[in-house]
Amino acid sequence: MSTDTEVGAELPDHLVAHGEIRQTEVKQTHRVVIRFAGDSGDGMQLTGDRFTSEAAAFGNDLATLPNFPAEIRAPAGTLPGVSSFQLHFADYDILTPGDRPDVLVAMNPAALKSNLPDLPHGGVLIVNTDEFTKRNLGKVGYDSNPLEDDSLAPYQVHQVAMATLTRTALEPTGMSKKDAERAKNMFALGLLSWMYHRGTEGTEAFLREKFAKKPELAEANILAFRTGWNYGETTESFAVTYEVAPAALPGGTYRQITGNLALAYGVVAAGQLSELPVFLGTYPITPASDVLHELSKHKGMGVTTFQAEDEIAGIGAALGASFGGALGVTSTSGPGVALKSETIGLAVALELPLLILDVQRGGPSTGLPTKTEQADLLQAMFGRNGEAPVPIVAPASPSECFDAAIQAARIALTYRTPVFVLSDGSIANGSEPWNVPDVESLPDMSVEFATEANAPDGSGEFWPYLRDDDTLARPWAVPGTPGLEHRIGGLEKADGRGSISYDPDNHDRMVRLRRAKIDGIEVPDITVDDPSGEAEVLVLGWGSTFGPIGAACRRVRAAGLQVAQAHLRNLNPLPDNLGEVLGRYRRVVVPEMNLGQLAMLLRAKYLVDARSYTKVAGLPFGAEELAGVLTDAVKGDLPA
Amino acid sequence: MTSTVPSRAVDLPSPKLGGLDLVPTTDETQKAKDFSSDQEVRWCPGCGDYAVLASVRSFLPELGLKRENIVFVSGIGCSSRFPYYLDTYGMHSIHGRAPAIATGLAVTRPDLSVWVVTGDGDALSIGGNHLIHALRRNMNITILLFNNRIYGLTKGQYSPTSEVGKVTKSTPMGSLDAPFNPVSLALGAEATFVGRALDSDRKGLTEVLRQAAAHRGASLVEIFQDCPIFNDGSFDVLRKPDQSESRVITVRHGEPITFGNEGRHAVVRKGFGLAVAPTAEVAPEDVVVHDATDLELSFALSRLSDQALEHAVFGVLRQVVRPTYDDLARDQVQRAVDGGGADLLELVQGRDTWTVRDGAVLGAVGREGVSR
Ligand SMILES: Cc1ncc(C[n+]2csc(CCOP(=O)(O)OP(=O)(O)O)c2C)c(N)n1
Ligand code: SF4
Ligand SMILES: [Mg+2]
Repeated sequence: MSTDTEVGAELPDHLVAHGEIRQTEVKQTHRVVIRFAGDSGDGMQLTGDRFTSEAAAFGNDLATLPNFPAEIRAPAGTLPGVSSFQLHFADYDILTPGDRPDVLVAMNPAALKSNLPDLPHGGVLIVNTDEFTKRNLGKVGYDSNPLEDDSLAPYQVHQVAMATLTRTALEPTGMSKKDAERAKNMFALGLLSWMYHRGTEGTEAFLREKFAKKPELAEANILAFRTGWNYGETTESFAVTYEVAPAALPGGTYRQITGNLALAYGVVAAGQLSELPVFLGTYPITPASDVLHELSKHKGMGVTTFQAEDEIAGIGAALGASFGGALGVTSTSGPGVALKSETIGLAVALELPLLILDVQRGGPSTGLPTKTEQADLLQAMFGRNGEAPVPIVAPASPSECFDAAIQAARIALTYRTPVFVLSDGSIANGSEPWNVPDVESLPDMSVEFATEANAPDGSGEFWPYLRDDDTLARPWAVPGTPGLEHRIGGLEKADGRGSISYDPDNHDRMVRLRRAKIDGIEVPDITVDDPSGEAEVLVLGWGSTFGPIGAACRRVRAAGLQVAQAHLRNLNPLPDNLGEVLGRYRRVVVPEMNLGQLAMLLRAKYLVDARSYTKVAGLPFGAEELAGVLTDAVKGDLPA
Repeated sequence: MTSTVPSRAVDLPSPKLGGLDLVPTTDETQKAKDFSSDQEVRWCPGCGDYAVLASVRSFLPELGLKRENIVFVSGIGCSSRFPYYLDTYGMHSIHGRAPAIATGLAVTRPDLSVWVVTGDGDALSIGGNHLIHALRRNMNITILLFNNRIYGLTKGQYSPTSEVGKVTKSTPMGSLDAPFNPVSLALGAEATFVGRALDSDRKGLTEVLRQAAAHRGASLVEIFQDCPIFNDGSFDVLRKPDQSESRVITVRHGEPITFGNEGRHAVVRKGFGLAVAPTAEVAPEDVVVHDATDLELSFALSRLSDQALEHAVFGVLRQVVRPTYDDLARDQVQRAVDGGGADLLELVQGRDTWTVRDGAVLGAVGREGVSR
């Protein structure tokens, strides 16, 4: 699609039939950031999701950032009730959902007020004028109507009466005014789809399927969607449309995926690869609940899900299932981890496999349930009584959650230990294209249960704490195995034999053995991206900061400066070569969405002057912001 | 118990599956000593836990199950040391959480006979939530609640079953809070099997254990247990014949409820509840016949056991058949698997994919065959 005529030729029949094809200018652009913002009840998440699917299917690279209030329906039209969805799509590989939108769709005054500060001057602003009533303006403290004064002069404003247009179009359906106006989000989607040359069939098929049980709703939404499209096509106000070509991604089969979905799939895959039944014991909590929702759909793949009475029971049941020879899994967020701590300690003592999926959110306490943060690192690392080391794996992007779950399961099964996966709200709900792995190539993770007595003294007894020389893992003998009846528990056990022991030396030995087992877990070396090889500054991150850090590095390098980037996926144990990598650089900057937790660990362990750059605003770092920090660092001005 | 009145038999509905029907059995003869582990038993001399251990050890062979398919899970407390002394699989877990741990085990392993051992503090204080939910869900587990009305392991603080005004280390001026009646609590939590026994009454305890093990679903067995160190003689009035005669009421499904020497006391209806009257003064048809399926009757019976132990009801107070959570959960998984399961690749690919080769998008495979 590069000429006007081709655009016309590709229009669906119903639009061609409409008759008034106008000649619009088509601009090629490499990347666009669109933000849909409206009231919680306006369906902005669905609208954004749908546009994302179209961009994905078209072959763009993309990243998304849903941002919604914790309240299910805050009072309509208010600032706390604003829900938004930001989508960045491009014809090359991108790393973040974008700092600021190029296009802002504002469905009401509240959405305008709360999102306008992010729109750069010159940006495109599409406003649903119908909601700009005196009353609604008053609700958010607008003294005068911004559509009528000159406060929007710096932007390219398109005023569209979306609700009215939708209602008028839907009149023939006989729907009530109110119901008809509800479809205005599809009008917005139609308009944007037209602006960015996106097909209509995918969305129409989606709507037919979504409303399969209510075909009249499906048709109404499709009509609203087409009305939006036609509006762009026929009115004079949109003189330009934009094309973003598909991205040249590595070969493969792609799909769009969110972090929570990838995490759930990783758990299913781990069950299949290990040939173990999966048992998820859990309790609903934002932003982790979707992992439960998803896994509950996959019973056909041997997954049992159990919604327990609380987090303690959830992890308890998972541990019980592990004792019985299943892959026990629990999913939660920070407050849930707090409740599970004692049981995690028990799992450390029992040395049984267990996956703990922590989708972090803003804390402390209930904090910011729907916002992102990575402040559970030290909780995962140390949040138990006694010396209770637990391995930690942290995915860097939505699709990496799949690999993280598999790696965590492999560690848990190989070393018989609970393992944390630290995801976070932005990874969990954000999405990106995923080069779907060839499942045949995934590692075999089959486990061997103990079947024989193992006492080294030839007594024919079974010693549950006799360790493997390499991994220091103990045997996993599941109930039902004759001759291996044994009792385990949280009391200290005698090294080897596993009976209760209060012997001081034995305790000292067992504490060190448990620690040595975790320290000895094999994790891949960390790799450094230092294109020139001349950087003096290393920026080291973990988890979801990968995207913004990477995007920031690109900016810094584009400005002719050198910066090296490395990212940790394994936080316990840390990669063997990390100390050496840190030692190679004169300055180390560690951006984190907490108050410097990883930096504290690095400083303690490597005596390195790692400098923290921190932010806990419930939102990911902006690339521009980090680029500034890194540029300063390169110039010798380190964060304090 | 000699009955002076005609019995009105009420048939218990017979469950399709018994509690242990999916657990492999053995033809080998087993003895109590086969169930004794090599761990030295370390309760205080005279502790009621010894008697219960002896009863359980001698009862287990009767089940004829493979020893390796029996699991005891406990919490924390003196009583929770129980699993160490049995040569079965066992887990001594953390305070209050044994029902939760047993839940995961029972759901994933239908071939195991899963037992929970817990104390009054373990089950009713810290673990109260897990207890009621395990009962409500009707997990196929048997819960032995050792009630000594005191915290033994932590050396003698009052517990949620201690009588009001109890003077302990933590309540020098007497405890203030009203106790739970564990049987009433379990009934309120929709338990499908609730029984009670006395530690020293091997026959009565064994009889209740037998029915509890055979019950498919959650069975709660409250065992009155003496802690001679911190709550000495707390159940003596139920042991000494001169006192127990007027206090101990043993119920059996389908039998009229009379007790005492020659059945001289009878249980009769009074208002919405029950009362005790001299049998001689009661018309035979007015003597209450135990019906373990009648929730209101079971509850009224539980209320006869007051905190002063003027009466204490033993036996199986309630037993009804209701599907168990674990059977239902496994059934859902089985149906999903039978329905074709799914292929891992199919799952992870989903329905909206596109293919990239040599840097070009070769076309998207759309939803339900719609190409884009
Ligand atoms: C989380 C936690 N809190 C407190 C304790 C201390 N503790 C151990 S056993 C117990 C009470 C036990 O009482 P009960 O359940 O009645 O058992 P008993 O010793 O009487 O058999 C307490 C408070 C603990 N082990 N763990
Ligand atoms: S303290 Fe009481 S309950 Fe605990 S072992 Fe001693 S006698 Fe038994
Ligand atoms: Mg007690």
